Amino acid sequence: MKRPGADTSAAQQRMTRRGLLLGGAQLGFMALLGLRMRHLQVEQADEYRLLAEENRINIRLIAPARGEIYDRNGVVIAENEPSYRITIVREDAGNVDEVIKNLSTLIELDDSELNRAMTEMKRSPPFLPITVAERISWEEMSRVAVNAPALPGVTPEVGLSRKYPHSHDFAHVIGYVGPVSDYDLSKIEDPDQLLLIPRFQIGKVGLEAKIEEKLRGKAGTKRVEVNAVGRVMRELDRREGQAGDDLQLTIDQKLQSYIQARLGEESAAAVVMDCKSGEILAINSAPSFDPNLFVRGISVADYAALTENDHRPLATKSVQGTYPPGSTFKMVTALAALEHGVINSDNTVWCPGHLQVSNRRFHCWKRGGHGHMNLETALRESCDVYFYEIALEVGIDNITDMANRLGLGIRHNIPMSAVASGLTPTKAWKQRNRENPWVVGDTANASIGQGFVLTSPLQLAVMTARLASGKAVEPRLVKSINGIDQTVPAEEIPDLEVNPNHLRLVRKAMFAVSNHRRGTAYSKRIIADEFRLAGKTGTSQVRNITAAERRAGVIRNEDLPWGRRDHGLFVNFAPYDDPQIAVAVIIEHGGGSSAATPVARDITLQALYGGDPPLEAYPAKDRDAIKAQQERLRQEFPNLAASKRDRA
Amino acid sequence: MSYLEYSVKSVPTGFRKILYLNWPLVLLLISVASVGFLMLYSVAGGSFSPWAAAQMKRFVMGMGLMFVIAMVPIWFWRNVSGVLYAGSLVLLVLVEMMGTVQMGAQRWIDLGFMRLQPSELMKITLVMFLASYYDWLPLNKTSRPLWILLPIVIILIPTFLVLRQPDLGTSLLLLMGGASVMFMAGLHWGYFAAVFAMGAGLITAVFQSRGTEWQLLKDYQYRRIDTFLDPATDPLGAGYHITQSKIALGSGGWTGRGFMQGTQSRLNFLPEKHTDFIFTTLAEEFGFVGAFSLLSLYALVIAFCLWSALSNKDRFSALMTVGIASTFFLFFAVNMSMVMGMAPVVGVPLPMVSYGGSAMLVLLVAFGMVQSAHVHRPR
Repeated sequence: MKRPGADTSAAQQRMTRRGLLLGGAQLGFMALLGLRMRHLQVEQADEYRLLAEENRINIRLIAPARGEIYDRNGVVIAENEPSYRITIVREDAGNVDEVIKNLSTLIELDDSELNRAMTEMKRSPPFLPITVAERISWEEMSRVAVNAPALPGVTPEVGLSRKYPHSHDFAHVIGYVGPVSDYDLSKIEDPDQLLLIPRFQIGKVGLEAKIEEKLRGKAGTKRVEVNAVGRVMRELDRREGQAGDDLQLTIDQKLQSYIQARLGEESAAAVVMDCKSGEILAINSAPSFDPNLFVRGISVADYAALTENDHRPLATKSVQGTYPPGSTFKMVTALAALEHGVINSDNTVWCPGHLQVSNRRFHCWKRGGHGHMNLETALRESCDVYFYEIALEVGIDNITDMANRLGLGIRHNIPMSAVASGLTPTKAWKQRNRENPWVVGDTANASIGQGFVLTSPLQLAVMTARLASGKAVEPRLVKSINGIDQTVPAEEIPDLEVNPNHLRLVRKAMFAVSNHRRGTAYSKRIIADEFRLAGKTGTSQVRNITAAERRAGVIRNEDLPWGRRDHGLFVNFAPYDDPQIAVAVIIEHGGGSSAATPVARDITLQALYGGDPPLEAYPAKDRDAIKAQQERLRQEFPNLAASKRDRA
Repeated sequence: MSYLEYSVKSVPTGFRKILYLNWPLVLLLISVASVGFLMLYSVAGGSFSPWAAAQMKRFVMGMGLMFVIAMVPIWFWRNVSGVLYAGSLVLLVLVEMMGTVQMGAQRWIDLGFMRLQPSELMKITLVMFLASYYDWLPLNKTSRPLWILLPIVIILIPTFLVLRQPDLGTSLLLLMGGASVMFMAGLHWGYFAAVFAMGAGLITAVFQSRGTEWQLLKDYQYRRIDTFLDPATDPLGAGYHITQSKIALGSGGWTGRGFMQGTQSRLNFLPEKHTDFIFTTLAEEFGFVGAFSLLSLYALVIAFCLWSALSNKDRFSALMTVGIASTFFLFFAVNMSMVMGMAPVVGVPLPMVSYGGSAMLVLLVAFGMVQSAHVHRPR
């Protein structure tokens, strides 16, 4: 039993004292808490508010629209099309398998794409949208959008993707774009943040790669509110970027498409240039490929088909391929000799069918010989001995100098991939690279475009354009950038600094090649008076003909396997009286110049008429064949016919 | 004075007891809980699910329980306090043996309809048992060493068990809550001085033991202490919580961003935004004014409890009420210090506000005891 009394009341007092003490201590601590609150929320509020904004606001880049590419007449060659894709956010989808099953009843889902998406989904955070279907049609997208309630977490998204409406025709010029790869990034010193946007497209080859920076544009930005794990909660504001510059090319799409169709499946290249301005009107390489396949991500099978094709569709033969120019080089030798006074228009050389140079015999293509040859007849009939003789006199270094002045052996500056410089040999070059001194036999070989000489179709076109115009024209591919004209005024194009009389002599001889009864291209002449062409045939050997073989009788090209047949070349300018265009054509393993000559004629007429020429432009005996050919092309390539109607 | 010494007749009976409840305290508790509902509604992005509705349901249940407990005479609670303590202890041991693992610490017993956290229960039963011990102990023996040993054992056994779980916050609360009852019981000053000295020794031991085989705390607890001492060393790792919490608090300013306008909590920069860190949301959305108001509400709760205790002549009632008030104080003091970067992150919820089943229920049970003591006080 407790005892009431002094003891208890003392205890009571003590408890009151201690209670007040404890309460006081607690109140004191609460005051401390209040002060701390004041310190954080009032005194340092601004600082923390700033930190909070930094936490919450994130700046995101908006991909700009890539510049479009047009031909010289405003026809679209590369454009951006809306690309619809379907993304799934795992977190919102709940049961992903179920949602994908529902989705597959609405649109076709690619199994491999789906597998990739599933593995990607497992690796990434649950709030990140994963693409499960790409490049779906507008109908498919709307079907998904309509059924959105049954598809939680599924969002149809729209972006821009490159499209090349003329697919094969411009594959080698324009190249193609593709998603930025680690390799692309490694090549760029200070990569634009833009390139880090997922699935952003960058120029991979061709013009798309060469003019990438202008085409790309500038990124826009949007400020978004993000949460702690980086998920976008809402957009606060956006500043649109700047679309890439639009590009207009000097190329004429109609001509380009015609040439591509005309070359067909031949392994060939053709270049058409404006003689006066150097503008490239068409630059083709055949066979070609569909660049759209690369934009989408080419399948292994498709890619293998391209790489295993012995006609090398991926190679840009027009600028990258270098070939011995064969007889098309003879104008160079002739001009060098004329300029150095070795010959004049009347000097003749006796062609017995061969020429003994030191201890080696150099043959003319005509075994029996041409007899007396002067400049015009030698070019016209492509007499080899004439050029051996004059070359030995003028010397290789002078010939090479002339070749360079005409644009051979020069790496022309045009925005395409793998532009080759070719090879115009000098004595010093051979000493350096072959560790053998130059011998006169090398000069003889070079004089007819064989031996060490290598040129690209582009260079041959430049050469022809310079011969025709007397101006040192440079090839040009870009007409305007973002509306700003890039054309070089005619008066700024320097003179070739070759005696105009000598040029006239060479041009006259080239006219004879096509229009003199004995010319090597006479049968493939143009008879329309105002469009008559002047050209030069060329055949470049891809094998050496041994003395034994020559004795046994040279095997005819048709009897050789394709890969060992001669290349056929033809260069020309037209019209002769007022040269407008220069054309260079090479048909790989075509068996000789006769493969290239008709192609060049068709191209020339097509370019001059701006469409299919009338049959009257052709010699009477060719008309039936030409008519059949025109009809065949129109049938096989309905787009060509369509574009012709547009013009009419 | 013990309840045996006054007339039971002066105590209200039947439903009249309701009139004698400490109504201001009831209203204060409702206010504090309402702040909690508001904040849970806000952190859920303006939605009653998943937190606010459940919390409200529990609060109503808890209030009911509180009234029922308040109607039961305090001497009944005094008589069963030993049993309750023993029961809590058994549950704690059970948790140790079969509790499910949550967030690296074993704290729960799944009863099917709710998850019971015995350490929460222990917070009241310990206080009650100590109060009844000192009520029973003759006053002159209070400061005798032998009679001090017993309550120390009573406190240390559950403290140790909770520390093993490991739950640093709750063990701290048990220790301090028990100490506050002993202090109120009139223990000699000297003992407290000695304990402070020993505490200093223990802290040294905790730090000294780090990395050795007899390491007293788990690694993550050490890391929390480290980052508390210098949060800047690890802003994205363990220091992240404190830094983000301070940013959210500080950005509230005087009047806050407005209800439902808090960016930091809504955007998940804050950890445990609906439980331990809910105060930061309040501070961000209602600023200094809101945060200080809640602190004032808490202060009033303490004041009313203390006033009730000091005006109660029953020793058990007074000791228990102060013990519960102190535990309540420790709850919010530790939580607020923690989110304001004044204490390490130890995982103590904000009482009556943080989302959590057993904490809320147990607190209301405790206030039921306080109310019972108030209703049945000697007059």
